[in-house]
Amino acid sequence: MLIGIPAETRAGETRVATVPEVVEKLIKLGFQVAVESGAGNGANCSDDAYRAAGAEIIVGTSKLWAESDIVFKVAVPTSAEVELMREGGTLIGFIWPAQNPELMQQLAAKKSTVLAIDCLPRVLSRAQKMDALTSQAGVAGYRAVIEAANAFGRFFNGQITAAGKVPPAKVFIAGAGVAGLAAIGTAAGLGAIVRANDTRAEVADQVKSLGGEFVKVEYEEEGGGGGGYAKVMSEGFLQAQREMYAKQAKEVDIIITTALIPGKPAPRLITAEMVQSMKPGSVIVDMAAERGGNCELTEPGQAVVKHGVTIVGYTDLNSRMAKQSSTLYGTNLFRLTEELCKTKDGIINVNMEDDAIRGLTVVKDGVITWPAPAPKLPAAATKPAAAKSVAAPAARGHGGRGAPASASKIAVIFGVAVLLFLLIGAYAPAAFLGHFTVFVLACFVGYMVVWNVTPALHTPLMSVTNAISSIIAIGALVQIAPPLAMGLDRPDSWIRWLAVVGITLTAVNMFGGFAVTGRMLSMFRK
Amino acid sequence: MISTSLAAVSYIGATILFILSLGGLSNPETSRRGNLYGIIGMTIAVLATVFGPRVTMAGLPWIIAAMVVGGSVGLFAARKVQMTQMPELVALMHSLVGLAACLVGYANYIDPMAALQLSGAEKGIHEIEIYVGILIGAVTFSGSLIAFGKLSAKIGGKPLLLPGRHFMNLLGLLAVIAFGWQFLHAETTSAGMTSLAVMTVIALLFGIHMVMAIGGADMPVVISMLNSYSGWAAAATGFMLNNDLLIVTGALVGSSGAILSYIMCRAMNRNFFSVIAGGFGTGSGKTTKKSNGDAQPAGEVVAISAVETAELLREAKNVIIVPGYGMAVAQAQHAVYAITQFLREKGVNVRFGIHPVAGRMPGHMNVLLAEARVPYDIVMEMDEINGDFPDTDVAMVIGANDIVNPAAQEEPGSPIAGMPVLEVWKAKTSIMMKRSMATGYAGVENPLFYKENNRMLFGDAKKMLDEVLVALKA
Repeated sequence: MLIGIPAETRAGETRVATVPEVVEKLIKLGFQVAVESGAGNGANCSDDAYRAAGAEIIVGTSKLWAESDIVFKVAVPTSAEVELMREGGTLIGFIWPAQNPELMQQLAAKKSTVLAIDCLPRVLSRAQKMDALTSQAGVAGYRAVIEAANAFGRFFNGQITAAGKVPPAKVFIAGAGVAGLAAIGTAAGLGAIVRANDTRAEVADQVKSLGGEFVKVEYEEEGGGGGGYAKVMSEGFLQAQREMYAKQAKEVDIIITTALIPGKPAPRLITAEMVQSMKPGSVIVDMAAERGGNCELTEPGQAVVKHGVTIVGYTDLNSRMAKQSSTLYGTNLFRLTEELCKTKDGIINVNMEDDAIRGLTVVKDGVITWPAPAPKLPAAATKPAAAKSVAAPAARGHGGRGAPASASKIAVIFGVAVLLFLLIGAYAPAAFLGHFTVFVLACFVGYMVVWNVTPALHTPLMSVTNAISSIIAIGALVQIAPPLAMGLDRPDSWIRWLAVVGITLTAVNMFGGFAVTGRMLSMFRK
Repeated sequence: MISTSLAAVSYIGATILFILSLGGLSNPETSRRGNLYGIIGMTIAVLATVFGPRVTMAGLPWIIAAMVVGGSVGLFAARKVQMTQMPELVALMHSLVGLAACLVGYANYIDPMAALQLSGAEKGIHEIEIYVGILIGAVTFSGSLIAFGKLSAKIGGKPLLLPGRHFMNLLGLLAVIAFGWQFLHAETTSAGMTSLAVMTVIALLFGIHMVMAIGGADMPVVISMLNSYSGWAAAATGFMLNNDLLIVTGALVGSSGAILSYIMCRAMNRNFFSVIAGGFGTGSGKTTKKSNGDAQPAGEVVAISAVETAELLREAKNVIIVPGYGMAVAQAQHAVYAITQFLREKGVNVRFGIHPVAGRMPGHMNVLLAEARVPYDIVMEMDEINGDFPDTDVAMVIGANDIVNPAAQEEPGSPIAGMPVLEVWKAKTSIMMKRSMATGYAGVENPLFYKENNRMLFGDAKKMLDEVLVALKA
């Protein structure tokens, strides 16, 4: 099948859906690749480079769309582009079906099959390699720091020079998603003091791992909205959050905001007053500018100076790093193609049984299949975690007793026990029964007590039971020199020697067993 | 001199103290007190007996002499034994209990006093008790001796599988029953003695045969089973002597051992009888030779050096160490702790994951780690830690194999399928520290070696860990 790569038409979009390195790999999978002349110019990929990689160069947008079985795109296609599309063709790229209902209708009318890379079920671990949102956000996060550094008039890292001491820049990053984390790593790498905040408390460790400091909002609420996204928080939390932001705004030199909530306008985190309270020369990079901005004063697509603070609202951070973005995006699409073409024969198979592919596919042969049912995995993944936390205290100390026996098994055991007891009751004399009662009860006591022993102490348990079983010494003790009835023919010396040996042996156990147990237990320490 | 009632009350006290002693082991904090209860209980029981109505002062010198000799041997052994040798010591001690039970049984049989007031059914039951007591004692004795031999490597660890071994065991059992019948119907003591002696020999042989047929890694089950037997032997002696204290204590020990055997069997996903019947991984000889053809898992084995291991550890935030018998053999627990301590000071979260059957006896690894001063609150059970592997940067496996084999979960046809294992392969990187590529005890190829995120560090565990530590500190 022929994969077509058109030039992107959106203003300012310099990315391209594949790069020459990836073209080679696609050809190895058995596909042919056609690239529109000039498509890679913005990403420093010349037509010659594509040609050298084995792609065909086609001049003319409509010709390329008409000839391609599969089209790889970056930006959401315009309606003009969809018009060019071949009936029954396949399109892979960003679609955002929730925001673009008309586009979806138009695609369906074309009887096309559409895989929206933005609809990837990100919770599937094998989906990571295809996760274009992540790869693009990572590039954007990096670029955001570079833009901030560009607009900021000072060093990032603290220095002590002959000309005096330079304090390190303080950077605050709002939202520790992929873009935020990339920004943290980049800013920390440049030597700045980095602080970050996120409504999802669990990312604190990731922030720390990249060299940032996690700033908590002093308010108890869990902000994970499932699937790795944040959710809308309560008013009380927002109040506490605002206070924290206001405090940070006064202290830091650079703020980078990345806060997004799926399907909602970006949350307003930085108010005009906060901007005013910042030191002159400070910088705000608003990565959520396209969705309204996290800062009140952001002007999407522009870098403006207000109250002495540069507010960068570029919406094309990825296009500003077109080569890097395109390479990563192209690789994401290549990984997806691999999943679609497991037979490596250049023919794709949109397997709707596959969780990842099912999630990606928003239109299948002209039928809208979006939204996909939630993949089964996240439910299964959270359930054991919850079950574990419930089960853990119960299992504690029991060493994990097995599942209760089935009813039929219990019935059999009871039957055997009844039979056994009847037998003993019928034939055994009374004196024996007394001891037997004690024996059975002791077995039960032992059973109950021993299940409570922690597995860590199984070895001491064995050695202490060993020591205790030297109680058998009593048997030998009473034989050694009992008060004798008169006139009994008793082989005294034989018995005595047997008993003496018996006592000696058990004494080894008695003293040795307790001593070694004591020795072991004294080693267990917190 | 203590009256009969006072002696009986003392026995009750001792019984309670023994139960408390076992109960104390539910937690490391209370365990030391538990041991103390045991010692007090034992002291009370012995004193109440020695000064009780059934022992005259004539026996005192003998008792003291025997106690002093045996006690000093025991204390000496307890002080000298290395923690890695605990399984051997425990096995040896089991054998002593078994032997003592035999001796007491014989002494009781030739003592005319014992059956003086007994007649009819009571006498029959008394004789059965003697017979059974000696039988269990003898099996415990010889079985434990062989277990000791195997554990201390005086006898090869491979299972000895005689042809028709189940048949032989069955024959032995029938013979034991037949001689028991003769024994019960013996007119005189000397006539009964013959049957008793023959039965003892059969029991001894049975004990030897049983443990010989069991392989090295099934030892946790065998040791717990023999632990159980020594308890039942004490209980049988208690029946014989009409002594409730012995019965209770024996029952406690017996059920404790039985539960341990059960736990061990479940941890290997095996049936108790199949373990006892022996012969698991029969062909450790046959299957060990690597089938380089079809059966070999796909992927590449990546070996790394101690220096690279140190680098991985240094960059990790979360580390889980999974020790196995190899750590015990190499006496590497102190080196493990030195590394743990170093990493913990650097803020790395180091924990230990212990499989129930790691090592040669239940709880073996915990004791070794405790000896090396590893705090017990970072030593986790398998169920506690298995969920944490996905968040772990490095999982380091030291001298273990089958207990981390993913085949148990991934290959339904594998001989160890269904066995609970530590899921080290879910960690970002796993490091297998092993002497060679050889299979584990079960003789099953380990696909973990070939996993993409697994690294192999070949060499003696102690030596390698020392090198890792040096590299870490450099």
